Amino acid sequence: MTFITLDYVDIALAAALVLINAALSLRLELGLERRFLIAAVRMAVQLTLVGLVLKALFAVASPVWTGLAALLMILFAGREVMARQERRFLGWWGYGLGTSAMMTAALLVTVFGLATQVRPDPWYDPRFAIPILGMILGNTMTGVALGMHTLTNGAVRDRAAIEAQLALGRTRSEAMRGTVRDTLRTAMIPIVNSMSATGLVALPGMMTGQILSGVDPIEAVKYQLLISFLIAGGTAMGALAAVQAGARRLCDNRHRLRLDRLAAPRD
Amino acid sequence: MLIVDKLCRPGMPSVSFDVGSGNCIAVMGPSGSGKTLLLRAVADLDPSEGRISLDNTKKDSVAAPEWRRRISYVAAEPGWWAATPEAHFSDWTAAQSLAAALLLSPSIGSALIAQLSTGERLRLALIRALMGAPRFLLLDEPTGALDTTTTEAVEAVLRRRMADGTGIVLVTHDTGQASRLADSILRFENGHAEVSAA
Repeated sequence: MTFITLDYVDIALAAALVLINAALSLRLELGLERRFLIAAVRMAVQLTLVGLVLKALFAVASPVWTGLAALLMILFAGREVMARQERRFLGWWGYGLGTSAMMTAALLVTVFGLATQVRPDPWYDPRFAIPILGMILGNTMTGVALGMHTLTNGAVRDRAAIEAQLALGRTRSEAMRGTVRDTLRTAMIPIVNSMSATGLVALPGMMTGQILSGVDPIEAVKYQLLISFLIAGGTAMGALAAVQAGARRLCDNRHRLRLDRLAAPRD
Repeated sequence: MLIVDKLCRPGMPSVSFDVGSGNCIAVMGPSGSGKTLLLRAVADLDPSEGRISLDNTKKDSVAAPEWRRRISYVAAEPGWWAATPEAHFSDWTAAQSLAAALLLSPSIGSALIAQLSTGERLRLALIRALMGAPRFLLLDEPTGALDTTTTEAVEAVLRRRMADGTGIVLVTHDTGQASRLADSILRFENGHAEVSAA
């Protein structure tokens, strides 16, 4: 099996489909033609830039540049986590809590995978570190965002139940237990679902990519399994850390529920 | 003895009063004048300034859960965290006699919270607080949704507790109830709070 290189004519041919979409939009008066074209151009520019950046990163293979790229990815993912919150924590916590939970989980799991299983030489080789971190980060981001969203909404919804328990002399962790448990279930169910559907409903992108580039399917499956397990671990760890820290932040040292530490909901 | 000295928080005038063991102070005033905020501050469910002490123990010198076991707050709209009333008690059998005294059906323990009336839920929340045998009770309109007969049953139970030494801070709109139970009255009016004899 060989890897088939694409030339720009091949891509232009595929891009013609977008032009057909735009033509259809004009013909049916959907009003989407401009957005179709802009989105397609955006994607082309973004991916080309990423390709150039990755090429440069791989060429220098420096731990500093790899680290900087990883940090940038994490900071962008943190913004995304914050943007998905209906009720953010006020102040630095709004950005910092989700981002640090996500960063800790994604870095731990990535380094664990690189250092003990994939073992590239050197271990921080960006050709392995950056794509693996990206896949883990993307999923951990979803788990952390979902966890924090569910937690803050749950605390507002369960306020009477939580405060009734506090009023009876229960500690903050006892009073928050029900809400935290529901939240963690909600945050982790997607991992279970995606693992059980993988292979039957969807072929994972990384595995498909490896097969297209000529890797034996069994070897590609082994890589996919490894990544899926790392993703499951990272997502669970990130969600757990964010939800625990969030639940702690929602209460103070006098075991009060402090919903005043959340911003007003956005619509 | 519960001593509240210059307690203040946003939305409530500065409040000072004291209640002896086995006594009751009624808190009265228009809606929105800060009566519930007062109870929540005394229970330490919200931050506040000023001094509160119970039997010479300052609020901040004991852990908050311990403070709230001594001074139990029952909200006007109590919260529930399980499906049935009995799941909210460590020993529902022991609570049966109180349930009977408050005219609740013996089978109410296994009913669904969502299907109970407001009045039933209020009485169950009161029992839940009483089972912890607190030194003081902070009650927010405990008979707000009850008819005359049931109100009398609740007051009888409260009077028995007072005879055993439990103190009560009672938010009520019912002047009759205030004169039946309270030894003194804390009135919230025009942004001031004043204590008078009942």
